[in-house]
Amino acid sequence: MSKPIVATTSLAGCFGCHMSVLDIDERILDLIELVEFHKSPIDDIKKFTKMCDIGLIEGGCCNSENIHVLKDFRKNCKILVSVGECAIMGGLPALRNGIPIQECLDEAYLNGPSVGRNKKHIMPNDDELPMILDRVYPCHEIVKIDYYLPGCPPSAELIWNALVALVTGDELKLPYEVVKFD
Amino acid sequence: MATSVQNIIEKYNKDKTRLMDILIDVQSERGYIPKATITQIANALDISHVDVEQTMSFYHFFSDKPTGKFAVYLNDSAVANMMGRQKVKETFENETGIKFGEVTPDGLIGLFDTACIGMNDQEPAALINGQVFTNLTPFRVKEIVRDIKAGRPLDDMFTAAYGDGENRNELIKSVVVNNIRKKGPILSEDYTPGIVIWKKLPQMSPEQVIEEIKKSNIRGRGGAGFPTGLKWEFCRKAKGEKKYIFCNADEGEPGTFKDRVILTERPKLLFEGMVIAGYAVGAQEGIVYVRHEYKYLQKYLENLLQGARDRNLLGKDIGGIKGFDFDIRIQFGAGAYVCGEESALIESAEGKRGEPRDRPPFPVEKGYLDMPTVVNNVETLCAAVKVLLNGGEWYRNFGTKDSTGTKLLSVSGDCKYPGVYEVEWGFTVNDILEMVGADEKQVQAVQVGGPSGSIISSAEFKRTVCFADLATGGSLIIIGQQRDILTDIVLNFTEFFIEESCGSCSTCRNITYLMKNKLEKILDARGVKKDIDDLVAWGKILKVSRCGLGQTAGNPILTSIKNFRHLYEEKIQKDKDFDSAFDMASAVKESCIAAGRIPTLN
Amino acid sequence: MSTLVKFKIDGVECMAETGTYIVEAARENGIYIPTLCNIRGVKPRGSCRICTVLVNGRPMTSCTTPITDGMEIENNIPEINDIRKAIVEVLFVEGNHFCPSCEKSGNCELQALGYRFKMMVPRFPYNFPVREIDASNPKIIKDHNRCILCKRCIRTIKTDEGKTVFAFKKRGLHLEINVDPEMGDKFTDDMAVNAAEICPVGAILLREKGYQIPIGKRKYDHVAIGSDVEKIKI
Ligand SMILES: Cc1cc2nc3c(=O)[nH]c(=O)nc-3n(C[C@H](O)[C@H](O)[C@H](O)COP(=O)(O)O)c2cc1C
Ligand code: SF4
Ligand code: SF4
Ligand code: SF4
Ligand code: SF4
Ligand code: FES
Ligand code: FES
Repeated sequence: MSKPIVATTSLAGCFGCHMSVLDIDERILDLIELVEFHKSPIDDIKKFTKMCDIGLIEGGCCNSENIHVLKDFRKNCKILVSVGECAIMGGLPALRNGIPIQECLDEAYLNGPSVGRNKKHIMPNDDELPMILDRVYPCHEIVKIDYYLPGCPPSAELIWNALVALVTGDELKLPYEVVKFD
Repeated sequence: MATSVQNIIEKYNKDKTRLMDILIDVQSERGYIPKATITQIANALDISHVDVEQTMSFYHFFSDKPTGKFAVYLNDSAVANMMGRQKVKETFENETGIKFGEVTPDGLIGLFDTACIGMNDQEPAALINGQVFTNLTPFRVKEIVRDIKAGRPLDDMFTAAYGDGENRNELIKSVVVNNIRKKGPILSEDYTPGIVIWKKLPQMSPEQVIEEIKKSNIRGRGGAGFPTGLKWEFCRKAKGEKKYIFCNADEGEPGTFKDRVILTERPKLLFEGMVIAGYAVGAQEGIVYVRHEYKYLQKYLENLLQGARDRNLLGKDIGGIKGFDFDIRIQFGAGAYVCGEESALIESAEGKRGEPRDRPPFPVEKGYLDMPTVVNNVETLCAAVKVLLNGGEWYRNFGTKDSTGTKLLSVSGDCKYPGVYEVEWGFTVNDILEMVGADEKQVQAVQVGGPSGSIISSAEFKRTVCFADLATGGSLIIIGQQRDILTDIVLNFTEFFIEESCGSCSTCRNITYLMKNKLEKILDARGVKKDIDDLVAWGKILKVSRCGLGQTAGNPILTSIKNFRHLYEEKIQKDKDFDSAFDMASAVKESCIAAGRIPTLN
Repeated sequence: MSTLVKFKIDGVECMAETGTYIVEAARENGIYIPTLCNIRGVKPRGSCRICTVLVNGRPMTSCTTPITDGMEIENNIPEINDIRKAIVEVLFVEGNHFCPSCEKSGNCELQALGYRFKMMVPRFPYNFPVREIDASNPKIIKDHNRCILCKRCIRTIKTDEGKTVFAFKKRGLHLEINVDPEMGDKFTDDMAVNAAEICPVGAILLREKGYQIPIGKRKYDHVAIGSDVEKIKI
């Protein structure tokens, strides 16, 4: 029997959740025994070339590219998992959700303390750039998400338990200490 | 100006439990309640600034900004919309050059939406500085705005004749009509005010009065249907230095207006009922809590109370009974449907925000100022007079076994004869449709019991109006085939509950709103089957709310899913089981404008 | 004089003094009923609704309902637990709760209930309301983003003369906590500490304090809320 295939991505996240995947320490060796990684920053595979079993999503959606990637994952993964607070509720990037977008952009490119070298007051507007969304969206408010692993980042324990449960089909073990929102 | 606020505060003896009255007087005198006045009131009553703000900011008719020399409050209920409110609203906006929620730059006219004002049988209707304008048309609106601009006083603006009956009374002078279509024991002209007080009470002990009420089997007419005799008995037996009788004339359930008709045509019957209740439970004071929308009846009602005092029907040793002292005052609300809930009503009468209390304890043990209190609907108290006059046995001849007596129905919507019908309990919906001139084939649905009741389809028109089957506080809205039930009725009612929630319960404050968003998603053709399932499941969470408002706030959606499920199913997408309703074009619009680029969709 | 009465919670025979509120009576019998707005020893005001139980089949808040003889109470049943979980979830989506950066994280009762009910994601869409952080008071910061409108501050914090400091403003969806501008000046250090402690979430914070307890040592890092109650076995 072939190994289940796992894809991962980071949308509007900090890579902390990916780091937490690596935090499972020596069990990473077991993990590699257990699953095959496909499209993921971990192995640098950039495009889906086959259907995957599990997609792990870090980060919420703050721009049009995040949306495209997320939809691509939904198309190419049988099971999608929102990993971490950013994917689940927008996380810290969503702190901007109450602020009008014009204000955010002005602060980032025109008025903020670190924009001194932007002498021409250029607001990036190249067609190649992703378009900013009106707010940061949790992933399940864009596509159907099957499972959620809360935490910032979720503990290595939780990620491990979840992957094992998904791969083996056993019930997910959730001892008190693994489910945390920070 | 400042002195006049001082006078108002002194008029109410600097009593913080009269904060409502103080705010009402300031609002009506000045058109708003400025910050400095809030501080002035707080200092005078020796309470915190935030205490005053807490009460003030709760009520719809109090404002911290000027509302215009002429403040127009146009009813936004479902029936008003059915009767052409949209055109009336647009005409107001066109003629004044402002939108609803705004005041003209010269401060002359303010336009505001308001929940049902109890005129469903003569919609579209509006309150302008407390006066009622009914049956509005675009033409009439043009006249009104022209008259306002020409500086004519409000009282001169009625071109139509005054309404019928007491609406023409010198102290009312209103265009409101009663539309009484059918009379019974309560609306009957055959009544001599004071007859029970003079002829019956002196011969009866309070216990005998309660016994007679119990014998009649009468149950409360305000909606909950609690046995009135039992309520009085509990209050009589409760310990307290003082006891109170409250008449609930808040009548906020959209589609109900029968209490307005009683207040206009049979107020003496109501007052007599309160005196009887006072005698039965041993109370010294009665308070009629009247919704702000009926303030145009104030002078008339207060004059009648004075008349009753002059005739010893109120005051000391009433009816010649030594030691039986009882008086009545009128407490106005300020725009909050939840204040019809009995404990919120009491809180409001104590000068606070109308937040319902936890029960137990019930008002009969701990009510107004923590004293034992009976709260009864207008109609219940009126019926009590007739019970005592003719006997409990006699009363049981009317209606059915478990629902004795008559019920005043407020009928509105798509029918020939909207108005008030006093009928015996036990009619079927079909009987009523026939009576009010609604062709059964033209009727798509009937909303029974207002938004908190249920919307039923023709399959259920055989059902009987009574406590055991279709219980109702009396509102029946007839919905014709031409109406879009989900948009015209269900959405409007759901918005009503969102607007009127006191906000205290996590459930009522949030779930209704979340359900509305889901309903709108379905109406926008973005719904899937799971959305209907979610609505049903979320509706159950509302049932753990503190008061009836939250517990029934899901009913417009829940009962329409139950009885008109096909309307939902027609709107959902059958080929999908997930739709987030995310829309890329609208999500990137703002940022593309800000950055000066053209969105590249796809 | 005490009058003990018998009642049942989920079929378990219990005893308590008549008139005790159900939550307290349950606690005395080693049974935990979750609460948020309740404060032991202070007159209850059932606003969060999370302590709802079925009393003789009807939903009642256990923090406001006194026990009576022979009551049959259903507490730990799927129907009720799901409603409780939904209430936790709705409070999360109603405000802006960014636990990863919150001063109260680890010591927060709302979060702890999220853990207890194993909330992985709220079933409701996030609201992301626009709310203020009010830093006008010299002693405390009032973060409206995290306020769950439980009224605990309103009910407990008064000035020495007994005057109101916190009050509600508006109603329904627009409901918010209003801190009295004048009373704010009379705010003592004790009052500030009490207010920050009485608030179940991170909506009242002491100025220039926060993140004082390291992760791993906080109240709910290792033990579930309510587990102290459940340990009492008779
Ligand atoms: C949200 C809400 C609004 C209510 N509005 C009214 C009302 O306008 N008039 C009324 O008589 N009862 C109203 N009630 C019912 C009252 O709480 C109470 O049951 C009633 O006044 C008791 O009088 P009765 O026994 O004569 O019916 C309302 C209840 C709720 C929950
Ligand atoms: S959840 Fe936390 S760790 Fe994960 S991406 Fe977001 S900020 Fe980083
Ligand atoms: S159910 Fe709604 S209106 Fe009633 S007390 Fe609760 S929040 Fe207020
Ligand atoms: S108040 Fe509690 S739930 Fe809210 S963000 Fe802070 S820790 Fe999280
Ligand atoms: S500030 Fe804290 S204590 Fe006060 S209502 Fe909000 S959550 Fe409750
Ligand atoms: S992409 Fe690394 S910090 Fe922004
Ligand atoms: S704890 Fe009982 S309602 Fe909040």
